[in-house]
Amino acid sequence: MSNTEWPLWEVFIRSKQGLDHKHVGSLHAADAQMAIENARDVYTRRMEGVSIWVVESKYVHASNPAEAGALYDPANDKAYRHPTFYHLPDEVKHM
Amino acid sequence: MERDFEEIFQDKIDQEIKIEPKDWMPEKYRQTLIRQISQHAHSEIVGMLPEGNWITRAPNLRRKAILIAKVQDEAGHGLYLYSAAETLGITRDEMYAQLHSGKAKYSSIFNYPTLSWADIGAIGWLVDGAAIMNQVPLCRSSFGPYARAMVRVCKEESFHQRQGFEILLTLGKGTEAQKRMAQDAINRWWWPSIMMFGPTDDESPNTIQSMKWKIKRFTNDELRQKFVDVCAEQIKILGLTIPDKDLKWNESTGHYDFGKINWDEFWQVVQGNGPCNKQRLETRKKAWEEGAWVREAASAYAEKRKQKQVVTAA
Ligand SMILES: [Fe+2]
Ligand SMILES: [Fe+2]
Repeated sequence: MSNTEWPLWEVFIRSKQGLDHKHVGSLHAADAQMAIENARDVYTRRMEGVSIWVVESKYVHASNPAEAGALYDPANDKAYRHPTFYHLPDEVKHM
Repeated sequence: MERDFEEIFQDKIDQEIKIEPKDWMPEKYRQTLIRQISQHAHSEIVGMLPEGNWITRAPNLRRKAILIAKVQDEAGHGLYLYSAAETLGITRDEMYAQLHSGKAKYSSIFNYPTLSWADIGAIGWLVDGAAIMNQVPLCRSSFGPYARAMVRVCKEESFHQRQGFEILLTLGKGTEAQKRMAQDAINRWWWPSIMMFGPTDDESPNTIQSMKWKIKRFTNDELRQKFVDVCAEQIKILGLTIPDKDLKWNESTGHYDFGKINWDEFWQVVQGNGPCNKQRLETRKKAWEEGAWVREAASAYAEKRKQKQVVTAA
């Protein structure tokens, strides 16, 4: 028993009302309740947050960096998805 | 194939593209980082001990609250860094085991005792000051999790140094006895502090590779010189002196010259023969062993609650 590590949790913090939760780091805790309490002490000692999410790290699925090329390639040649692609006369206002 | 990977890797580094945990990296890069980050984490944790020694004896409530907050920050720094190291594939328990067995090192500075309240001032000013000098460039370290942890650490360190300087400033303006106490603390902490930057450049063979990989941005001697230059000016404001008769402004180099460092002492302390090495390690081991039942109880409680949830769900 004493040789079992507490599971690892990823911590996400909303820095203020209206903003997204952002990943800030990870920590070990026996359960979700303890993970939130530890996250409070480790990651919000200076009012860095108004809301905490914790997710056990084993439940995070990530894309494979080795496949990044193929994965993001479809977006690569579609400059027309950006507003700067379109050349309009300067007289056009508010667009 | 390996060769290609290594070229792509170095190319990313040269372009200042951060390396993230799942990216390919040379084994030596991984091992170097594990060693450096875990050593750094251990230093934060062991570093709580000399200062913790004065929490109950802080001269007033303000100082006590500040010292508690500072020591708690150091615990936080240790935790950020352990997590960063874990992304490289070592477990927290393995790192603790390496610390407890003496296989992993921590900063030698924490093997010196804190004999008076003024030591808390000297540690804040000099030890945290040297740490900051080291850590600011690490915010741009090539390994993403390490760099991000260091950004957080550096944001918090600034108050550590300022509170230490304030302690010395107050003592320096106090009675003769208080002044003597402040000077004595600086006398004892100065040399170990400038040793914190590590051996001279020609004695640190790993520096070249670490700089090529952008784990390190400046050499030990460069950082040490910067620190000496800053302190040589700050001491004037304290109205105290740095215990080095060779400390002198050098017009031609634009830096302060300083005296010879006692590297024998440095290596003695690294090898375990400093004044407090034994005591520090024993304290850490005791905390780990005596905390075992808490870790077990929390695991058992979490397990029990999980079982209950399963039953109610069924
Ligand atoms: Fe720290
Ligand atoms: Fe600090």
